Amino acid sequence: MSVIIILLAISISIALIFLGAFLWSVRTGQLDDDISPASRILFDDKPKNLTGNSSKLPKTKGYAS
Amino acid sequence: MSVKENADIKLTCYHCGEHCADDRIQHGNKIFCCQGCKMVYQILEQSDLCEYYDLNKNPGINRRFTVREDKFAFLDDEKIIEKLIQFRNDEQTHVMFYLPQMHCSSCLYLLENLHKIHEGVISTQVNFPRKEIEIVFQTGKTTLRKVAETLTGLGYEPYISLNDLNPKRPSVTRKQIYQLGIAGFCFGNIMLLSFPEYLGIDASEETLLRVFRWLSLALSLPVVFYSAMPYYESAFKSIQKKYINIDAPIVLAIALTFIRSVYEVISGTGSGYFDSLTGIVFFLLIGRILQDKTYRSLSFDRDYTSYFPIAVTVLKENKPVAVSLPDIKPGDTLLIHNEELIPADGILSKGKGYIDYSFVTGESQPVFKEVGEMIYAGGKQKGGNIEILVIKEVSQSYLTRLWNREEMKNEKLDFRRSRAEFLNRYFSSIVFGIAALTAAYWGWHDASKIWPAITAIFIVACPCALALAHTFTNGNVLRILSRNRLYLRNAQVLEEISKITHIVFDKTGTLTSTENYDVEYSGKSLSDKQLAMIVSLAGQSAHPLSKAIAGKIKIGKALSVQRFQEIPGKGIQGMVEGVELKMGNAAFVKAPQIRYPGSGVHVCIGTEYKGYFRVRNHYRDRLPAVIQNLKKQFRLSVVSGDNENEKETLQKIFGEDTPLLFHQKPEDKLNYIHALRQKGEHVMMLGDGLNDAGALKASHVGIAVTENSGYFTPASDAILLADRIPLLPRFICMAQWNKKVLFAAFAYSVIYNVIGLTFAVQAALSPMIAAILMPSSSIGIVLITYGVTNLLARRLEL
Repeated sequence: MSVIIILLAISISIALIFLGAFLWSVRTGQLDDDISPASRILFDDKPKNLTGNSSKLPKTKGYAS
Repeated sequence: MSVKENADIKLTCYHCGEHCADDRIQHGNKIFCCQGCKMVYQILEQSDLCEYYDLNKNPGINRRFTVREDKFAFLDDEKIIEKLIQFRNDEQTHVMFYLPQMHCSSCLYLLENLHKIHEGVISTQVNFPRKEIEIVFQTGKTTLRKVAETLTGLGYEPYISLNDLNPKRPSVTRKQIYQLGIAGFCFGNIMLLSFPEYLGIDASEETLLRVFRWLSLALSLPVVFYSAMPYYESAFKSIQKKYINIDAPIVLAIALTFIRSVYEVISGTGSGYFDSLTGIVFFLLIGRILQDKTYRSLSFDRDYTSYFPIAVTVLKENKPVAVSLPDIKPGDTLLIHNEELIPADGILSKGKGYIDYSFVTGESQPVFKEVGEMIYAGGKQKGGNIEILVIKEVSQSYLTRLWNREEMKNEKLDFRRSRAEFLNRYFSSIVFGIAALTAAYWGWHDASKIWPAITAIFIVACPCALALAHTFTNGNVLRILSRNRLYLRNAQVLEEISKITHIVFDKTGTLTSTENYDVEYSGKSLSDKQLAMIVSLAGQSAHPLSKAIAGKIKIGKALSVQRFQEIPGKGIQGMVEGVELKMGNAAFVKAPQIRYPGSGVHVCIGTEYKGYFRVRNHYRDRLPAVIQNLKKQFRLSVVSGDNENEKETLQKIFGEDTPLLFHQKPEDKLNYIHALRQKGEHVMMLGDGLNDAGALKASHVGIAVTENSGYFTPASDAILLADRIPLLPRFICMAQWNKKVLFAAFAYSVIYNVIGLTFAVQAALSPMIAAILMPSSSIGIVLITYGVTNLLARRLEL
């Protein structure tokens, strides 16, 4: 029986951690903009070109169109 | 990009996707419609940001009409900077700009790489739903003005209005989300802890049982004392105003359930109804958030301050100086450029005024003003620069006075008699009746059961189901409408729409498009060559009428024009293929004295007068069919600030029995709505301009029509994108069905209540039955409302 009490304590504290994470994410405004982060993750920095002239590099393929 | 693909998109601008007249403007193998677009491409190419074009096809914003050079000169003014920036120290400056042109992921990509284009910018972050960009730049290395100019150069002109001078609005409240999150957390855990009880825990495990119960009690505390807060507030407010809204009985149910549950746990007589209690609060909060969903990039409360610019050019000792608008005094001389707004009443002192009042008065054609004539605030100058001697301060001008009238300040009618509240009154009285009867019965038979039976009745019969039905139906219908570009201010508007009996239309900008014209020619017949000459000449001018002619008449290749000249307020002339061409008003081309219907663009080739083009605002597509459809159900009227030129056309569309009023001043429109209301009509008004603002506010439902949601719209209950006007009958139908769905959901909740009450009056409502009944009814309600509204939307093709 006591083992159930321990398990209960563990489960609730884990749940509390997630609640805390949720509240933190709301507070820091992570849920304010639900559109741009989804696109932003797809933008990658092109590899830096040593000669400084990028027009000779092959074009990256478009993914959105 | 392959060569073949290039051939397909030939003659569309690589940057903005607009049709190119020819392929003269090229860079690499890309074609551009104008130098502006080409320049943006070159900037991006230099900065290695061509991914912009890979993300979306032709994502750019047309740059054909450039913004004049010193437009942002006012951003050098320390007083204005002070108001606009959010934070500044010696190293960094933070500023937020509203960029209405932002529209796709390419925009996001470009704007967040601004630091690669503009030296001194440290970082940028876009908030897409709000169309805002937060820019951090190095103080001293660059200035606010330069940043704004770079953005403008790329096609994202920051929209800075007089409204930005006001103190910052409070930031968005996230309280609702916290409350929901906490309620969800507590509900889930209490559910888990309640399972042993439902499944019949062994009586020998009594300590464990007690731990579970006390834990549930502890978990319910944040829900009762924090998450359910909005209900207490709303119920308290309603009781203060001496009426009972739907939240009052909900609060009663929450309080009774909680007290009884706490009593049961402390006395050890039962496990309480914590699961049902937290569950219902959780569902109610979800419904509330769905219904209160706001459209963050739209604003329903704009007044003239968001329409007026923040600063204007004042001539001081013949030098142009940017002065912020509230500082303008009578006696100042303003320099107004092409396409700029006139912010204060004044007298034209230099130049030719060609003033577009379409947004302010509804007149479709620009008005010509000579030196010495009075010019009212709100008009837009089209053509060359003019100078105006201010005679009234901005806050005293004709337009702003209109705004400060009493009607504009009044809050919209009190909305207390909403449909849910109406149903609730019946519901509540029946429940109280049943409770009284049950108490009497048990008082007679077994007094110990009065308390459990009555609390059980209120637990089961709380109008939660009704509240849920209401919020979920409204929330989903609002979502469906917003998908079709009709954005309602709140759910109450939906109910008002379903009651309307009379629809009033504005003409200019509402029934007609301000961006699309119909062009008709009458006069001596023109050869293809002559037509091409005319269009080529018109193509050189930025005047709206020339633009309409050049845009509407399709010719092959544009001919080259020499010695082009634009005479503001009169017309244009030039040499095409060695022949002199004149276009403009009748006096300018020396047209013969005959009567012309309305205004026209007269044409003279060489010395011969040819005829005239009649340019009219284009009536929105499918309009006659829509009006016929609406006429079956509602009375209609048209109130226009314009002249009677269009009377015949409108009479044909609307039929003989529809009142058509012209030359209506803003006050007249307002009074017309008042008169209708006095007759007991439920009025919907559709309008677009500042002249409709009073009428929009006075009507039961005021819908602002706009070509683009980024544009300015007057204060209204709803914002409708212009191309969706044909859907209006269906929108109204949807709102009417919303009512029926609500009644159906209510009927369902009555059935569920009857079942629950049969247990409750017998004082036999166990927590388990409550725990099954409540969620199942909630889920049932959600399924009914969602299912039916979505089905309806599909039937109506929304």
